[in-house]
Amino acid sequence: MLCILFNYKKMKTLKYILPLLTILFISSCVNNDNDIELDETTNLNFIKTLSNSNHEVQIFSTKKYLEQGYNNIYLRIKDVETNTFIKTASLTWKPVMHMMNKMHSCPKSTIKRAEGKQTLYNGYIIFQMAENTTEKWDLTIDYTIDNVDYTVKDFISVPQAAKKNVTVFMDTNNTKYVLALINPQEPKVGLNDFKIGLYKMETMMSFPMVENYMIKHDPRMPSMGNHTSPNNTDLTFDSGSKMYEGKLSLTMTGYWKLNLMLYNNANQLIKGEKVTDTNTSSSLFLELEF
Amino acid sequence: MKKFIFIFLLLTVFQSTQSQEKQQKIDTLEVHHLLEEVIIIGKKRKEVDNKRYIKPLSTLDQFLEESSKITMIKRGNYAWEPTINNMLSDRISVTIDGMQIFGACTDKMDPITSYVDVSNLEKVAIFSGQHGNENGQTIGGAIDLKLDKSNFTNFESELITGFDLGYESNAHTQIIGTEVNYSNKKFFLNTDIINRKADNYFDGNNNEVLFSQYNKYNFSAISGYKISSKEKIGATFIYDKATDVGYPALPMDVSLAKAIIGSLSYEYLNSSSFINSLEAKAYANSITHVMDDTKRPNVPIHMDMPGWSDTYGFYIKAKAKKNKHSFLANFNGYYNKSLAEMTMYPANSKEMLMFMLTWPDVRTFYSGIYLEDNITINKNTSAQVSTRLGFQNNRITSNFGLGSLQIFYPNLKASKNRFLPSVSAQIIHKNKLFTYTTSIGYGERAPSVSEGYGNFLYNSFDNFDYIGNPNLKNEKSLEFNTKIEYQNKKFSFSIENTLFSISNYIIGKINTNYSPMVIGASGVKIYSSLNSVLQYNTSLSTLYKFNYSFSTKASISYNYGKEINGDNLPLIAPLSYKINLNYKKNLFTSKLEIIGAGTQKNYSILYGEDKTKNYTVLNFDAGYKFYIKNNLLIVKSGIENMFNTYYSTYADWNNIPRMGRNIFVNLSYILK
Repeated sequence: MLCILFNYKKMKTLKYILPLLTILFISSCVNNDNDIELDETTNLNFIKTLSNSNHEVQIFSTKKYLEQGYNNIYLRIKDVETNTFIKTASLTWKPVMHMMNKMHSCPKSTIKRAEGKQTLYNGYIIFQMAENTTEKWDLTIDYTIDNVDYTVKDFISVPQAAKKNVTVFMDTNNTKYVLALINPQEPKVGLNDFKIGLYKMETMMSFPMVENYMIKHDPRMPSMGNHTSPNNTDLTFDSGSKMYEGKLSLTMTGYWKLNLMLYNNANQLIKGEKVTDTNTSSSLFLELEF
Repeated sequence: MKKFIFIFLLLTVFQSTQSQEKQQKIDTLEVHHLLEEVIIIGKKRKEVDNKRYIKPLSTLDQFLEESSKITMIKRGNYAWEPTINNMLSDRISVTIDGMQIFGACTDKMDPITSYVDVSNLEKVAIFSGQHGNENGQTIGGAIDLKLDKSNFTNFESELITGFDLGYESNAHTQIIGTEVNYSNKKFFLNTDIINRKADNYFDGNNNEVLFSQYNKYNFSAISGYKISSKEKIGATFIYDKATDVGYPALPMDVSLAKAIIGSLSYEYLNSSSFINSLEAKAYANSITHVMDDTKRPNVPIHMDMPGWSDTYGFYIKAKAKKNKHSFLANFNGYYNKSLAEMTMYPANSKEMLMFMLTWPDVRTFYSGIYLEDNITINKNTSAQVSTRLGFQNNRITSNFGLGSLQIFYPNLKASKNRFLPSVSAQIIHKNKLFTYTTSIGYGERAPSVSEGYGNFLYNSFDNFDYIGNPNLKNEKSLEFNTKIEYQNKKFSFSIENTLFSISNYIIGKINTNYSPMVIGASGVKIYSSLNSVLQYNTSLSTLYKFNYSFSTKASISYNYGKEINGDNLPLIAPLSYKINLNYKKNLFTSKLEIIGAGTQKNYSILYGEDKTKNYTVLNFDAGYKFYIKNNLLIVKSGIENMFNTYYSTYADWNNIPRMGRNIFVNLSYILK
């Protein structure tokens, strides 16, 4: 009886040891190689490569492609000669829209080393308008490696988003703002983290963040008798993320109109209207469909 | 001559008291003191005793309505919802032969009683309050639908077949059924199949009540096998399917309500041992319910609302006897899965479908033990004590569903445990022709799936969307009951008083912070608890036998239900009465019946009620049994609502009118 028990125990341990050994074996094979094998982009989607004679700058996104609105972008620089990824670059970027009669840029973040990554750099760009047949976006990336400056530049494709995820508007003083949906990117039925980015259009090329405003919101389903959801919390400025954060509750799947009212730091309403029985929607809104 | 009559009378009185005492002795040995009422539907084709009831082929709902403790909430002409002591589904326990089974409709369109047919049943046992806690936790009482199990025969083999045909004029109701029952010394098999089909009915103003049609099929097979002289095994199977069921009081109909119910059982009987009976049963049932609004004109938005409820359970029941004690123990458990969805189709077909879970795949695990002791104190006095201790766990298994409830309860955890105790005690004392019964009980119940976890359940009664509340406390009820019965050969009466003092009474409360989901709804109610509620009912019933042929029965009842220092509770019956005049001679029976209610004055505006007017209706029926050689033909015919009165009762959802004049004919032919 004891013997059987012992055997059984042995079997049981073996069951755990075998897969462990296999994993160890496989991982050691992978780790042996040099940096070129280090791929930190597994959960990202490759978008495009911008290149010059020295480097290839690879663009990745959390989405399948770049589109109008908020884009969470990852960059990686490959040395063409050594076939290795640069770990010590500092980067800046400048997206520019070439319209028929003018050019302008859009809100964007600085580029920082992606957290916990060696070869990846991260930032976001909010394209407030989509491309069309005659008007296109290009992206310039300037970077420095060991005190040497380089640059890459190319056109990028920015199609229109399926739903309104960014909006441009003017207040009574004719100041132009860009307001973009950051979160939820993948909305779920339930309580979602709601995040909005708000930028002022200072010049055609400068879009600084607007701080300490407040955004009230009222999500509605126009197809469901303009049903609103309960327990939403308004968006307030978070000094850590530099964005407006609140809670968005979605009671069901489908099309949601996120009606917004923007208040400045003097608590004055500068854009948007309250949704009532007679006024079914605010002039300031974003959309979600899932 | 006068003297002779006097002596005769004296003799009858003497005789009646004699037989009365005999009867009493038998009664005290009976275990079922707690039983409030038994509705006999008919031992399969052995004794078709239909004289007590209007029509042998009436629906189960109509049978249940005969009970003085039960009223049926009507949302149409089908699937009425039984209430006991003015308490609805969530507060009562409804079982089929001890099997737990739960409806799959979030709007209570499918009470359990709608998934069986009278053709499946032998009798219905009705218990009031805590006396009904043998099979499960309850507040208001319990209904146990007893399946018809014909027994093994003493003959070599016996085959009884029967055919039923029924027609009712008002809604062109057609009933067609057949049954085949085979039995021998070791084995029996009962099968029956029945179809009931009705068109829209017409009210007392001869207006058609649209969407009141139904079509129901029911099949059942019940069998038993004797392993030894003391042991037998049994199996039951019921398949019930209703299609095209209209609910005129609701905004939606039902395209499918289907139940598959099955069980296996083992029974041991030995009257000479301490444990004289042992029964074990394992069962499973599955319900599919699909609501349908495609036939309704002008729906604001088309919705699909299917629901599913699957239950697996068991019980082990033992009876024992020692000296003056009769014990009963029942250990049971079940596991239920309740899931309901809602898909809404936007007018703009390019938009994505709107989808939500209205029951977030809630799994309920319950296990409990029931203990009962019947004590014969002396010849005239007996007592009974019983307790049920239960444990219940609810778990939301769908993350999608958990997420939607976390909108309301951000810290909600998927799992919740509850301990549910209940006790009751009763004393019965007989003194000559009087019987006095008094009892006290305490019980708790967990919120139902809708009350705990419902997500935007639209209630057309008060026009509010309801949201469940997983943090509800157990509802607790303390009850008192007294009953005085008197019976002699010619005359009997009984007065009964029942009082419930309920704390944490679960009911919806308006929350103005939330806006409704259903287009046109007035607002949102969250299931909440009222601190203290009082429910009381009293009833008086009398029976007088003029002679062998003529008898009259009358009953009157009064109900009260109110939050202490608050509003009236909804669906509390007004003063109601019933008077019968019965005649029987040989194989002929006939009955004239007056049913009515006073004006409902204590209605609840808060819960969507308005004043319901008083009414009186008259029914008449007559039946005859013909013996044709060995075979039997039963004919029963009658008129319901003889004067085509237009009326609606407090229990009619959204005041839908009741059926107008209805002439029915039931034929049953039995071949032996």
